[in-house]
Amino acid sequence: MKIHIPTPLRVYTDKQDTVGVEASTVGQALDALTAKHPELKKHLYTEEGKLRSFVNVYLNDEDIRYLPEKEATKVNGNDALSIIPSIAGGCGRPEKDLS
Amino acid sequence: MLKLTEQVYDTIRRHGEETYPHECCGVLLGHSEDGVNAVEEAVTAGNTRTDSAHNRYQIAPQELVKIQRLGRERGLDIVGFYHSHPDHPAQWSTTDFAEAHWLGCSYVITAVEKGAARQTNSFLLTGTNEEDKSFENERVEVEALEAERCR
Repeated sequence: MKIHIPTPLRVYTDKQDTVGVEASTVGQALDALTAKHPELKKHLYTEEGKLRSFVNVYLNDEDIRYLPEKEATKVNGNDALSIIPSIAGGCGRPEKDLS
Repeated sequence: MLKLTEQVYDTIRRHGEETYPHECCGVLLGHSEDGVNAVEEAVTAGNTRTDSAHNRYQIAPQELVKIQRLGRERGLDIVGFYHSHPDHPAQWSTTDFAEAHWLGCSYVITAVEKGAARQTNSFLLTGTNEEDKSFENERVEVEALEAERCR
């Protein structure tokens, strides 16, 4: 299956934007990715081994956090994982300044 | 440096005017090479922070997945993001910085004052990880389409 790599992390995958791995579950696919490209691990996971809070992983169009079986979800060769760091921000202008 | 076509420049500024007094947001697609993020297309996105849209924005990761897929189909990468600051300077905030994770990408901010787009600035997120990341001021070069000029 394919794993799509976001632009900031391609420096750790030899500039590849997509990495192919053999896996039967989401968890196996992510393990295979970090086995192939070990430097990715600290950018994806905390020291406790959990996905960093701003790292979103999608199986096709579904967030793996909300899949019933989460990382144990089965995958096949037609599936794709996408790693998507969060995008957010804002000026933080206090509400009292609103006219 | 950030290179934008005139069309992209106009699109991101107009988006901020349309969503005023709320923050707009979107994704910049293009290519990154030799320290230049060259944008070919701006894709408008929804702001999921409907609870505080006057001073916060967030792009749903699900939407980003689709935009990244669109980029792949067109041979384009995500090279940056844009959002607006209603009645606030075009300068990154502590929130903008805390929530910035796309190292190497350009974060473009447009100040929209009383509904009119004013200054547009760009900030490159540099560094190698969350611990050493920083925003650097980035020159913005707007390229007019030569073909249009010749007509």
